Amino acid sequence: MRPLPFLVSAIITVSLLFVLNKKLGQAPPIGNFLSPQHGFWQNAEPADADYNDELKLSGLKDDASVYIDDRLVPHVFTKNESDVYFIQGYLHAKFRLWQMEFQTHAAAGRISEILGENPKILNFDREQRRLGMVYAAERSLQVAEADSATREINDAYTAGVNAYITQLKERDVPLEYKLLDYLPEKWSNLKTALFLKYMSKDLAGGEYDFEYTNAKSLFSAEEFEKLYPLAADSLDPIVPKGTLFTDNAVALTIPVNADSLYFAKKDSVNIIESKPDPDNGSNNWAVSGKKTKSGYPILCSDPHLSLNLPSLWFEMQLSTPSYNAYGVTFPGAPAVIIGFNDSCSFGFTNAERDVRDYYEITFRDSTMSEYLFNGKWKTTQWRVETIRVKGRPDFIDSVAYIPEFGPVMYDRKFTGNNRANGKNYYACRWKAHDPSNEIKIFVGLDKAKNYNDYAEAIKNLHTPGQNCVFACKNGDIALWAQGEFPAKWKDQGEFVMPGMDSSYMWQAMIPQEQNPHQYNPERNFVSSANQLPVDVKAYPYYLGGSYPLYRGIIINRRLAAMDSGSVTAEDMMKLQTDNYNVFAEYTRPLLLKYIDESVLNDVEKKYLEIVKQWNLRNDPNEKGPAIFNLWYDSLQVKTFGDELGKSTYPLHWPEASTLSEAIARDPGFSFLDDIRTSHKETVVDIVTYAFKTIIPSLQNTEANNKLAWANFKDTRVNHLTKQVALSRLHLPIGGGNHIINATKVDHGPSWRMIVEMTPQTNAYGIYPGGQSGNPGSKYYDMFVDDWVVGKYNKLWMMKASEKNDKRIKWVMKFSKSSNH
Amino acid sequence: MKFFVTVVLTAIVSFALGMYMPWWSIAIAAFGVAVLIPQRPGKAFWSGFLALFFLWGLLALYIDVKNEHILSQKVAELIIKSRSSSLIILLTAFIGALVGGLSALSGAYLRKSR
Repeated sequence: MRPLPFLVSAIITVSLLFVLNKKLGQAPPIGNFLSPQHGFWQNAEPADADYNDELKLSGLKDDASVYIDDRLVPHVFTKNESDVYFIQGYLHAKFRLWQMEFQTHAAAGRISEILGENPKILNFDREQRRLGMVYAAERSLQVAEADSATREINDAYTAGVNAYITQLKERDVPLEYKLLDYLPEKWSNLKTALFLKYMSKDLAGGEYDFEYTNAKSLFSAEEFEKLYPLAADSLDPIVPKGTLFTDNAVALTIPVNADSLYFAKKDSVNIIESKPDPDNGSNNWAVSGKKTKSGYPILCSDPHLSLNLPSLWFEMQLSTPSYNAYGVTFPGAPAVIIGFNDSCSFGFTNAERDVRDYYEITFRDSTMSEYLFNGKWKTTQWRVETIRVKGRPDFIDSVAYIPEFGPVMYDRKFTGNNRANGKNYYACRWKAHDPSNEIKIFVGLDKAKNYNDYAEAIKNLHTPGQNCVFACKNGDIALWAQGEFPAKWKDQGEFVMPGMDSSYMWQAMIPQEQNPHQYNPERNFVSSANQLPVDVKAYPYYLGGSYPLYRGIIINRRLAAMDSGSVTAEDMMKLQTDNYNVFAEYTRPLLLKYIDESVLNDVEKKYLEIVKQWNLRNDPNEKGPAIFNLWYDSLQVKTFGDELGKSTYPLHWPEASTLSEAIARDPGFSFLDDIRTSHKETVVDIVTYAFKTIIPSLQNTEANNKLAWANFKDTRVNHLTKQVALSRLHLPIGGGNHIINATKVDHGPSWRMIVEMTPQTNAYGIYPGGQSGNPGSKYYDMFVDDWVVGKYNKLWMMKASEKNDKRIKWVMKFSKSSNH
Repeated sequence: MKFFVTVVLTAIVSFALGMYMPWWSIAIAAFGVAVLIPQRPGKAFWSGFLALFFLWGLLALYIDVKNEHILSQKVAELIIKSRSSSLIILLTAFIGALVGGLSALSGAYLRKSR
C-alpha cells in the first residue's frame, strides 16, 4: 500500500460520492439522479411499455380484472363494490402517486417538509394550517368514519393505494420524488379527506371581505353600490327570471347596532389573502329529448380549473355487479366524479357563493388566552401546528380557536408576509369547517338510476356548493344549485364583522329544498355557467358574492335558438368549444360610439379598423381580441385607477361587466372623471385616451408577431411544480374570459364531456393531459394537442363481454392473496 | 488483456451490485476489482473510468432509444438547459466514469506496494 496517495485518492473519491449524493440547492442528488439503474432513467418508460400484469394482493375480497385500452383508460371489473375502490386506489397510485401526495401535502400545509426553508413556502403552510384545512379534514373524516358504508369505501381505497406503495421500490418512485429528493409515505383516509378540502378551498374559498371592508371606508354607500353592484342588468340567471320562489323563507334578524358598528364603520385591513383563481368556474347544461335529434337528452359539462400536468383528472370505468360508471376521477379520492352510468349522467359548475366570513375578535390581552363573547371573558382553545421544515428544526405555530367562529387566522404572530397590521385579530368562519360527507354524493351519483336517486345523492353536498346538472335515459333533465349555504341578511359577511357577541353570527342555513333548481323546465334545457342562480329580486335570500355573467348569456341564447328535434352531439361539441365573445358584443358598440376618431393618427386608425372589422370571435388567428382586451383593460384603469389609487390598502377591482353596463346605462358615470385633474373628463375623453395609451404596446406586440389571439394569450399547461421542461407551452388555442371556451393562460376547460343518453350511451370527452402522470411516458400529455383543436375522444363504456375488443391493449389480473 | 478483463469485470460487478444496492455501489465495484486485479494506478484509473463510462452510457442510450427520447429531452432542459438527449447521456456516462475511475485509483493504491 502507498499510504499517502491512497489517502489522497480515497478522500477525493469519498468527497465526490458525498457531493453527488447530496441535494445541492435546487438540483437533485446528481449521482442517484443520473444513475441508469436508480435515477430518472428508470422513469423513462419504453414507448411500447407492457402494462399486462398479474397481482396477488391481500385486501382484495375476490378476483378482478382491469382492461386497459389504447388511451390507457382502465376499465375495472370487480365482483363486489369494495374491490372496485381498492383497485381504483391501486391504479391512482400506479399512474398518479406523486400528485396525489403533493396535493394533500399542500392541503395540509406540509410543503416546507418537501422543499425546505423558504419564507414564502412557510407562509403558505402556515396559512393553510391557520385557515383550518387539517381541522376541517379531520372533522369531515369523523363523519365519514361514522358512516359504515363510506368507511368501507375509504378503507378499501386507502388499502389499494398502500398496496401499490408497499411494493414500490425506491428506484421506481415517480420522477418528481427523485427531483425533490424525498419518498412517498403511506396513504390514509385522512389524506382523502384532505384532498376533498383542497378542492373545497379551490371552489369555496372566494370572497372579498377584507377588500370590501377597505372600500367601505373609502367610498360612500352609493359609490360602493356603483362599483360592486349586486346583480348585472344583463343577468340571465340559472333559474330564469319570472320564476316564483317560496315565501316561507327563514326569518333573519339584523343586529340592532349594524348601522353604527357595521355599515358605517370605517376600518381598513391591510391583508391580501391567497385566493383561489377567480376564474375557477365551469359550464354545464342538459338538453331534453324534445330538442335532440335522437329524442333522448344530451348532457354537457366542462369544469374550468387550473390546467396542470399531471392533470387533476384521471379517466376510468368502474364496473361492479351493482353499478357501472364511467368518467373522470380525482386521484386522491374514490368514485367517478363527473361522468355517467347506464341510466344517468351528471356534471358540476361552481356555485360561487360566499361561504367564508371574518370576525374581529376582542382578546383580554396579547396572550390571547381569553376572548370577549356576549359580555363574558371566555377561555380560548388552542391547536398547535407543527410544521416540519426539511433540514431545519420544526416550526411550531399555536393557532387560537374560537368555538363560536373558528380559527383566528390573522393575529400578532401571523400577518401573512406582513400583510396584516398585526394589531387586530380575525377569526375565520368557513362553511368547509363544518363536517360533511362528500364521498356519498359521488357514490350516490355513480349508482343513480333516476331523478330521485340524483336528488337524494346531491343532498350530501354541503361545501363546495355546486350547480349539479343531470340527465337520464328516461327523458328527465334537472339542475340543482346545491350546497348548504348560510342564510344571510343583506350585506352580512361582505365586510369583516364584529365578533364580540352572537348577533353577527350566521343564524341559519337555507333549507335544502329552497335551493334554486329546475326539473324538466318548459324551455327544454337547463344550464349554468357560474352566474347568479336566480333573479335577486325574486329569491328570498341574499346571495352576495361575485358571479361571472357572460358565458351564461351566450349558452342560454344558443340553446334556446336550437330547433326542437335537431340537436346532435356534434352541435354540442361546437357549442362547448365556441369562441364567440358576447362580452365584446355588448361592449364594442360602446367603445366605438364614444371614441373620437377625429383625433386619431393613421397608426391608431389602423388598429381601430381591426377592432371594427373583427367578427367578435376569439379564434386563434384573430387580431381583434388582443386590441379589444387591451383597450378595455386600459379603460378600466383610466376609470377606476384614480379612485382606487387613493388607498394603499388592497381593494377589489370591479367586475368586467360593471363598467360596460354603467356606460350603457349612463354615459355620465361619475367614476369616469379623473379626480386627479381639475378638468372634468367625459366618456369620450376617457375612451379615446384609453385607446391612444395602448398603441405603443400594440406596436410592440405586433412587431413580435404576438397580435394573433393565440400568440397574445399564449396558453400553457403547467407541471404542478411550474417546471417549464415538464410543462406544455405556447398552445395555439382560442377562447378566453367570458367565452364558452374559457381557455385563458393556464386555466380553462379541464375536462370537456358530452353524453348522449340514448339506449346505447354515446359519450365524448377530453382533458388537456394524459392518463400517465409520468413525464417519461408517452401517455403523459397524450390528449393535449387534440384538446387544443377541440377534438374529443369517444368514451367507451365497455361490457365484460367485450374483453377481446381490439381497443383493449393490456389486462391486469388482480387476485386475492391467500395469506389473509 | 488484463486491462480489458478489468474493464469488463468492473462493468459486470457494477451492474450486479446496482440491481440491489444504491447508486454508489459502483464505487465499491470499481474499488474492489482494482484491489483484486493489481494494475498500475494510471491504468487502474482508466479501466474504472472506461468501465463505468460504457456501462452508464450504454444503459442510458438503450433506455433512451426505447423511450424515444421523451424523458431525456425534458431532463436535459431541466438540468443543462438544452433539449439534447446526447448531452444528458454523455453527462450520465461521465459522472459514472469519474466515480469509477477515482474508486479504481484508490483501490490500486491500496494494493500497490511501490
